[in-house]
Amino acid sequence: MIEMRELRKDFTVRVKAGRLRRAKRTVSAVDGVSLSIGRGEMVGYIGPNGAGKSTTLKMLTGVLTPSSGDVSVCGLAPVPQRTRLALRIGVVFGQRSQLWWDLPLRESFRLLRHIYRVPAAEHAARLRRCRSLLDLDAFLDTPVRQLSLGQRMRGELTAALLHGPEVLFLDEPTIGLDVVSKQAVRSFLAELGSSGDVTLVLTTHDLADIERLCERLVVIDHGRVVHDGSIEALHARYGSRRSIVADLAEPLPDGFELPGTTLAGVTANGHRVTFVLESSTAGAAVAGLVAAVDVRDLSLLEPDIEDVVARLYSATGAP
Amino acid sequence: MDQRDASVPTISRIGPFRASIATFGALIGSGFRRYATYRQATIAGTFTNIVFGFLRCYVLLAVAATAAGQRPAGYTAEQLATYVWVGQGLLAVIGLWGWTELADRIRSGDIAADLLRPVPPLAGFLAADLGRALHGMLTRFAPPLLAGAVFFPLHTPTRWQTVPLFAVSVVLAVVISFGCRFVVNASAYWLQDARGPITLWTLSAGVLGGLYFPLRLLPVELTVALWVATPLPSLLQTPLDVIAERDGPALQAGLVALQVVWAVLILALGALVQRRAERRLVVQGG
Repeated sequence: MIEMRELRKDFTVRVKAGRLRRAKRTVSAVDGVSLSIGRGEMVGYIGPNGAGKSTTLKMLTGVLTPSSGDVSVCGLAPVPQRTRLALRIGVVFGQRSQLWWDLPLRESFRLLRHIYRVPAAEHAARLRRCRSLLDLDAFLDTPVRQLSLGQRMRGELTAALLHGPEVLFLDEPTIGLDVVSKQAVRSFLAELGSSGDVTLVLTTHDLADIERLCERLVVIDHGRVVHDGSIEALHARYGSRRSIVADLAEPLPDGFELPGTTLAGVTANGHRVTFVLESSTAGAAVAGLVAAVDVRDLSLLEPDIEDVVARLYSATGAP
Repeated sequence: MDQRDASVPTISRIGPFRASIATFGALIGSGFRRYATYRQATIAGTFTNIVFGFLRCYVLLAVAATAAGQRPAGYTAEQLATYVWVGQGLLAVIGLWGWTELADRIRSGDIAADLLRPVPPLAGFLAADLGRALHGMLTRFAPPLLAGAVFFPLHTPTRWQTVPLFAVSVVLAVVISFGCRFVVNASAYWLQDARGPITLWTLSAGVLGGLYFPLRLLPVELTVALWVATPLPSLLQTPLDVIAERDGPALQAGLVALQVVWAVLILALGALVQRRAERRLVVQGG
């Protein structure tokens, strides 16, 4: 569905090099990305700010010409065949609007039907579905400029789907949304993806989006792919480990060691300790701990994807 | 979504040409409705047009009273009053000023949304502008003309073809005005901020388009040069000279033919600029 080979985008920036002189410097926003995404896949595309996520998405949708490399979406070349491609993809940019500021949502949707030339019945069926799944009815007649961010985003999602796109590009669709709206958007996308027909590429800074929606995770940094695989593979690769947090009746004795673990932290005057599981199983470690000290409370923490990704970003941090 | 249909890229069941017309029509409708939202602005604008109509009309009639034979630049007093009041009515229809939508969208990066539609941006913006002009025609054209007719003797067209020719001329003037504004706004693709070119356009369109005074007051050579070498007199001067019947039937029709040439040229230029811009476009922001 989507093929990228050695895709690059270089920008020339002029930097001050004297009173009047400007030196040219080339910055690679996307530096040789190769990816292949199949029909029905749901791919999370993440990376720190400025990593090249949006630049990639702009090249995939045909609004930005690549510096070099090959790219095809739905078998079309995005830039030269942009208007044809537009009929087959849907795009939501979380930070911009594709709706008409002065018009109510209902009018925007009606206009989109004409722009994409969707037969009335199909349009009505899709709109009905979006209305019930995204709860649009309450603000369908409100001009877009008066909508809250969460309402507008639900409108944007609907607008991107009314022509039945094969590929949906979502650039930070949950940015700035409250918890309830985020949930609504996520469950809508999950429902959409479960049919297996729509290919979904999602960039986000909210890793909960990815955990909830995407089987496959592509991490990009400084324009290069640094990870491509499942979330589990990411944990395995970066050695994410579970940890035990215990509240003790007495402070932990100095020099205490629990076999197969490392002591990661001691807080609350030695009453709360954290052990990271290295070679030991959780059961053995807990048994060892309970046998050695008086444990009041105990919890087992799963590895946090945020930590893994933070470590990944900082590991690849130096350009 | 149900995907059975999505794999078929050609979506319409009616012919492609009729579908294009339907799309274009829907976009015109959207332009109309967007402007219809702002009723108070429409009323305030109409009022301003009428006030300035009185000022301009008295100034030009004073000029006429002192001119040799009382016919400055070949206009009678009735023709001058018609020139002023129809001009005031057309101002909001032609829309010389105040359109910075494209430049704003380029600067903010919202232009990406326009590029992601299956409609070329030039056609999309043109349709919306025609809708805007239609709204202007229905709301802003008549009141100044009525005010003028109540307080001044106006020229009544004597030729059968004048009114239809005027209608064609107004549509062409809207298209030319849109084309100029599109090109001026599109400079933002290169400059990021098109305020300079837009200011220059605002100034030259008013002075050289025939709004502040009829260009016929200038030396003939200069008037002809402006008409042939720039699209500006085709914006207001032509439709106003057509309705005032300033010239004989042949020149009257000839001026409209010149508008056709300019409309084609300016739209071609707009399409060229857009194509160039898309090749180097950097959509701003994340």
